[in-house]
Amino acid sequence: MVPVSYYLVLSGILFSCGVVGFLIKRNIITIFMSIELMLNGVNLSFVAFAARWGHLSGQVFVFFVMVVAAAEAAVGLAIIIAVYRTRETLNVDQVNLLKL
Amino acid sequence: MLHLILFLVFGAICVAGAINLLAQSHPISSALSLVVVMASLAVEYLLLGAEFVAAVQVIVYAGAVMVLFIFVIMLLNAGEEERTKGSKVAMILGVPGILTAGLLIAWTLIHRSNAGSVTLGALPGSPQTIGKLLFHDFLLPFEVTSVLVLIAIMGAVVLAQRAETPNLPPGKEI
Repeated sequence: MVPVSYYLVLSGILFSCGVVGFLIKRNIITIFMSIELMLNGVNLSFVAFAARWGHLSGQVFVFFVMVVAAAEAAVGLAIIIAVYRTRETLNVDQVNLLKL
Repeated sequence: MLHLILFLVFGAICVAGAINLLAQSHPISSALSLVVVMASLAVEYLLLGAEFVAAVQVIVYAGAVMVLFIFVIMLLNAGEEERTKGSKVAMILGVPGILTAGLLIAWTLIHRSNAGSVTLGALPGSPQTIGKLLFHDFLLPFEVTSVLVLIAIMGAVVLAQRAETPNLPPGKEI
């Protein structure tokens, strides 16, 4: 027997780590990984609530979140490659124009 | 009891991986710690009975997405990141704020919520039941995500392809 609140706390810790990484990291790829960490934290709370309330919809939502995360990773990494090709840097402080 | 021990062990591995992701300065080290986080999260899903989600977590996240990340890191030859003034401001102001908010949320969840507890494998999310749900109740969202993935593939190809500059002489490509 594990209280659901423990799972929620773990999910909150992962989400906070993602937010902190998003704030302090300056490498655009690591910032992207922090976003994936946040999505994983949210997924854990989805599954925990699905188990608590005995409803499988939560697990189906996790499936959709994963699909969106995979699509986001593909497009985002393509954007990173395009940015690197024109600017020759991965530091977000030096990327201040939206134009490629 | 076994459930609680397993939860704590893999939760600790998960948090350690997440903190290591923040502490490392090389992107490859961060990516490998993210793999650790995802693998231990898959075990947490198994403890909750979500077998299908755990399998998809390993295959899609720890497999496909992380390979994509590592491939891009190696393709761009990303090195150590350098600290700048902006990241120092974020470190001084942002990190204590996030820590305070996180502790407040954790305290509230543990002391003030009566969300109940789960037993080991309380809700078996086998592929069969998930599939029935996915192709019956969630058929329209499922089809919409297939269109989304198609658009994402086309967008990735368009963005990552080299810009064509046929009129410029050699050595003058952008």
